[in-house]
Amino acid sequence: MAYGPKIIDHYEHPRNVGTFGTQAEIKQRKDIGVGLVGAPECGDVMQLQIKVGKDGVIEDAKFKTFGCGSAIASSSLATEWLKGKKLDDAASIKNTMIVEELSLPPVKIHCSVLAEDAIHAAIEDYKAKNGLASEQAKAASAH
Amino acid sequence: MPSAPQNLTLPIYLDHAATTPCDPRVVEAMLPYFTTIFGNPGSRNHRFGWEAEAGVDKARAQVAELIKADEKEIIFTSGATESNNLALRGAALMYEKNPQGSGKPRGHIISCIIEHKAVLDPCKRLQKEGFDVTFLEPPRDGVLTAEMVKAALRDDTILVSIMWANNEIGTINDIRAIGELCKSRDIIFHTDATQWFGKMPIDAYADNVDLMSFSGHKIYGPKGVGGLFVRRKRPRVRLTPLVDGGGQERGFRSGTLNVSGIVGLGKAAELAGREMSADAIRLGKLRKKLEDSITSRLDTCAINGNRDKRLPHITNISFGFVEGESLMMAVKEIACSSGSACTSASLEPSYVLKGLGVGDDLAHSSLRLSLGRWTTEQEVDYTIEKIVAAVKKLRDLSPLYDMHKEGIDLSKVEWAHH
Repeated sequence: MAYGPKIIDHYEHPRNVGTFGTQAEIKQRKDIGVGLVGAPECGDVMQLQIKVGKDGVIEDAKFKTFGCGSAIASSSLATEWLKGKKLDDAASIKNTMIVEELSLPPVKIHCSVLAEDAIHAAIEDYKAKNGLASEQAKAASAH
Repeated sequence: MPSAPQNLTLPIYLDHAATTPCDPRVVEAMLPYFTTIFGNPGSRNHRFGWEAEAGVDKARAQVAELIKADEKEIIFTSGATESNNLALRGAALMYEKNPQGSGKPRGHIISCIIEHKAVLDPCKRLQKEGFDVTFLEPPRDGVLTAEMVKAALRDDTILVSIMWANNEIGTINDIRAIGELCKSRDIIFHTDATQWFGKMPIDAYADNVDLMSFSGHKIYGPKGVGGLFVRRKRPRVRLTPLVDGGGQERGFRSGTLNVSGIVGLGKAAELAGREMSADAIRLGKLRKKLEDSITSRLDTCAINGNRDKRLPHITNISFGFVEGESLMMAVKEIACSSGSACTSASLEPSYVLKGLGVGDDLAHSSLRLSLGRWTTEQEVDYTIEKIVAAVKKLRDLSPLYDMHKEGIDLSKVEWAHH
């Protein structure tokens, strides 16, 4: 597949690769939210971890991705965008923004959707660990 | 990442099961047939036609000698895809038990789910047109035996089509025994020998083959030319032609002959006959080095298909916890094929590997490496380093590899399917 330079750059030099600890350790950490989305048989699994400060700002973000070049680039870009954002601002990141920034080809749009899903899952995980109302709960109570 | 030695030219071509470069000796043999010997071999009343016909006759003899057949048993086509279509469709229509529209099955055909698409799709079309087709499911090692074919035979079986060697994993089927079985039941036996022809010895009669497809461009000949062996004795196989017209190729395949291509195929067959055994020994050693080095340096990788019954020059290796397309990107200096079709937008793992029962996770991340006449040991050494480094890099990125190392059973995780 012929990819644009931004995808190639993220693929060859992925930003913020890693984790804040083993799966077991992360479960105990209240300051960390984890989003694990996708499935091995679909060819993409993204793991996004956010470290949130007491002020509700994402201090750090790390990812690991099993997937194609676009999936790796999408999650790498997501970690860059998450750092320094408030949770609510982070939740407003849309897959279309990732598509535009990376010039993802049409057949790879699902990679950006997966990255958006991972962001939401990580935020939800953080909120659940800290007893904060989730976005879904807020939406439900508003009706 | 290791850098390329100075005398190594990148990228390295390790996709010879897809196609091969023309041997310069083949090109040399072809050249006069574009310009000076340009006649139509069908022109019977002047020298231009006779000279072109002589070139075709020589090529027919060269191919016939390679497979120990008679010259009259060689039908030239545009390639193995056409040969497969002619063999399957031509035999099915000729030997049908009941006519179309009779409400009864027109006849029973046996093939296998890991055949090339050029066999599967003609079979599926015949199925739509009233033939019953059984697609055998191979065992995990990919090798079909006569016993497996025997178990699927019916009283109305008219045709069996089983490939000689598989294009994705290089495994070899027991063609002689399957042919013998078919012969004992008076069933026409076709084999797609595209990957085997010109690489390993063929004795068409001793191997009990009735119809056999082959191609020029897999054996260092030109693209756009191939052939079909059609047996003429015990039994004399008949076919309904797919292309009608001038009655060339004894009526099996009308159309002016691709003279230069046919001359190239003939020359390639002659060279293969002389050089295949030395090539097979040399490439078998290189393939073994490739396989042994990679599997000894990386955990959780598997060589797909039977380890012994296989072509010397093809290997197919799955790497756990990495994904196929990103693996291809990481080894972009190695021209090879991925088990994943991600690169073609269909996002489906290889149907051949799935057909063997390889899990989707591994089927998504496999490389087919196929060596050729000019592959050097230095190229193989470089490839080993590149692949090992690429897999390690991608595993550093892979959440699945972390989970595996922590002892988490990935098959027990509840994944959010999308």
